[in-house]
Amino acid sequence: MFQSPDFEQLKKQIQCSTASDVERALNTTRLNLDDLAALISPAAEPYLQQMAKKSSEITLARFGRTTQLYAPIYLSNYCTNRCVYCGFSADNRIKRKCLTFDEAENEAMILHKRGFQHILLVSGEAENAVDVEYMEAIALRLRDKFAAVSIEIQPMSTEHYHRLFLAGITAVAVYQETYDRDMYKQVHLSGKKSDFDYRLETPARVAEAGMREVGIGALLGLSDWRAEGLAIGHHLNWLRKEFWSTAFTVSFPRMRPATGEFEPLEIVSESNLSQLIFALRLFDQDVGLIVSTREEARYRDGMLKLGPTRYSAGSCTAPGGYGETDSEAEQFSVGDHRTLDEVSAMIRDKGFDPVCKDWDCSFQMNNV
Amino acid sequence: MLTIAGTEFSSRLFLGTGKFSSPSVMAEAIAASDCQMVTVALRRVDLDNPDDDIMKALSQREYTFLPNTSGARNAEEAIRLAHLARAASGSSWLKLEVTPDPRTLLPDPIETLLATEKLVKDGFIVLPYMNADPILALKLQDVGAAAVMPLGSPIGTNQGVLSDAMVEIIIEQARVPVVVDAGIGAPSHAAYAMEMGADAVLVNTAISIAGDPVAMAAAFAKAVEAGRTAFVAGMGQRSKQASASSPVDGTLSSDLGFLA
Amino acid sequence: MNITLNGNTKSFQEISTISDLLHSLELSPGTVVVELNTTIIQPDFYSSTTLAESDQVEIIRFVGGG
Repeated sequence: MFQSPDFEQLKKQIQCSTASDVERALNTTRLNLDDLAALISPAAEPYLQQMAKKSSEITLARFGRTTQLYAPIYLSNYCTNRCVYCGFSADNRIKRKCLTFDEAENEAMILHKRGFQHILLVSGEAENAVDVEYMEAIALRLRDKFAAVSIEIQPMSTEHYHRLFLAGITAVAVYQETYDRDMYKQVHLSGKKSDFDYRLETPARVAEAGMREVGIGALLGLSDWRAEGLAIGHHLNWLRKEFWSTAFTVSFPRMRPATGEFEPLEIVSESNLSQLIFALRLFDQDVGLIVSTREEARYRDGMLKLGPTRYSAGSCTAPGGYGETDSEAEQFSVGDHRTLDEVSAMIRDKGFDPVCKDWDCSFQMNNV
Repeated sequence: MLTIAGTEFSSRLFLGTGKFSSPSVMAEAIAASDCQMVTVALRRVDLDNPDDDIMKALSQREYTFLPNTSGARNAEEAIRLAHLARAASGSSWLKLEVTPDPRTLLPDPIETLLATEKLVKDGFIVLPYMNADPILALKLQDVGAAAVMPLGSPIGTNQGVLSDAMVEIIIEQARVPVVVDAGIGAPSHAAYAMEMGADAVLVNTAISIAGDPVAMAAAFAKAVEAGRTAFVAGMGQRSKQASASSPVDGTLSSDLGFLA
Repeated sequence: MNITLNGNTKSFQEISTISDLLHSLELSPGTVVVELNTTIIQPDFYSSTTLAESDQVEIIRFVGGG
């Protein structure tokens, strides 16, 4: 079982990092968690350009001149959790919708027509709206039409994840939101999500179930972003040891406006976010780094060659939003509104290849 | 402190007992090395020399015996030898060695994995000798190997840690101790393996065929300690490019001007 | 009787148990492992295990090795 390190200890370690710790980390090819702490610390801020350069070199060598593209489909915004920071919180009075199988397929086909081959199915946590049977049915409908279908839904059991794997789901993302136990308790008021440990153990259950890829991350701004980054490093390290044949990604959702007006603990700047991305790239040369449309176009353009490996595009964060625009029921507002074609054109302009298809479900297909 | 299968070792040098000119030289060299674990092999008793017994020079009260299955060409033969070893030593420690090619004595990965899985289920503490294949190392750990022993270079060739790039990966991914075994021909090779992060090294030929095996054993002990201390102290990385030790602004190609 | 001992056919008079065999070979029981027809015999049973014609016996001990 992964033991999340004491958050205060992580903060202390980071604060104690010095410039010479940073320099040692920059001169090492095999970084350890102490090096990650140094690179995430304030002492590393003067070295940001150097970190960017190293990050871009490592990413180029491991991933080539490519960026993967995907789009999310929000299946449902029903939610039984009360997370103070989220637009879908049970406390918020918003228009609730759960897509029928036909509606979900319509949304998917809109994305398909636009050229997407990788999609991410997202939902709030509500067992009577979206349960394993619902997901299984959707997966079976969509898997023939897309190269890869991933999910970002409520934590499930290993058994259920295995069912979904057999139904054609390739990857599962589940973010701890915050690795700070105290903050976690404060922002997750009720519902199944209020169980810190069950959520923490979820990536392991996903890998155990045989999923090809597991996505982890933290919602930046809930607590000390540097300590979150170091906690992510610990988690990633542990997961890699236990599940050596699984691929991993880290996402960087950064607090932006949402219904309910939650004030983040700290503002995480773009420079902070970049430092975190570079640090993780130096720490783990193979981890996928995902930057979504939460971030501005200008930022995503600038970061393209510096570490991230996967971008979403043309995203709508409301259920049914591709068919009918209804920004009222969004989970969060989008920063980069460009279409897939526009983002792809930008990628090509920069000398990279926008990759829409990077897998094929048939590699994992079973006769279900 | 090195721990393998719950047993602590203060010395990270393991010695082989083969190829010595005599049992007394062997015993002296082992003593000079400060090692706590020695490998032994199993062979038919020489009926013409019933008194020829290595156990007269070496006691299980002083050293942990690590019987090897040398001579085995497949899993079945190795498993048979393992049981004979356990009967002889009364302990479950085993260096699994499956070497079908007598010329190179390189380990068979498939038979080694099969035998490890069976022997672990049978209660043996299995330390498999293997080629420095990181995936094989992971699989051996998955089936319960108590440590993994990747070779530095073929047995007796004294070429050093030619497999270093692979051994580094094994060390990075390992969930059990990593013992670099075979081909370590000089104390500097042993130090190199330890500097890389190996948990221990096993040396035989380099000591037993040295001009002065007792002195050589002592030299190896020093090298292993030096290498380990350096590793723990955190060595600077060797770099092919000059890397400024102070921040350099504006001369790098990564323009961060886009940041808000 | 004739038995195969360490791969060679050997003839023995007045030997019936493993203990007898070891004694005649001047081998101390605690320093060897005995395999009779591919089964390892525990030392406690050396004096009670009788040998028969054409039995295959392996007597093994530790030697130096890497």
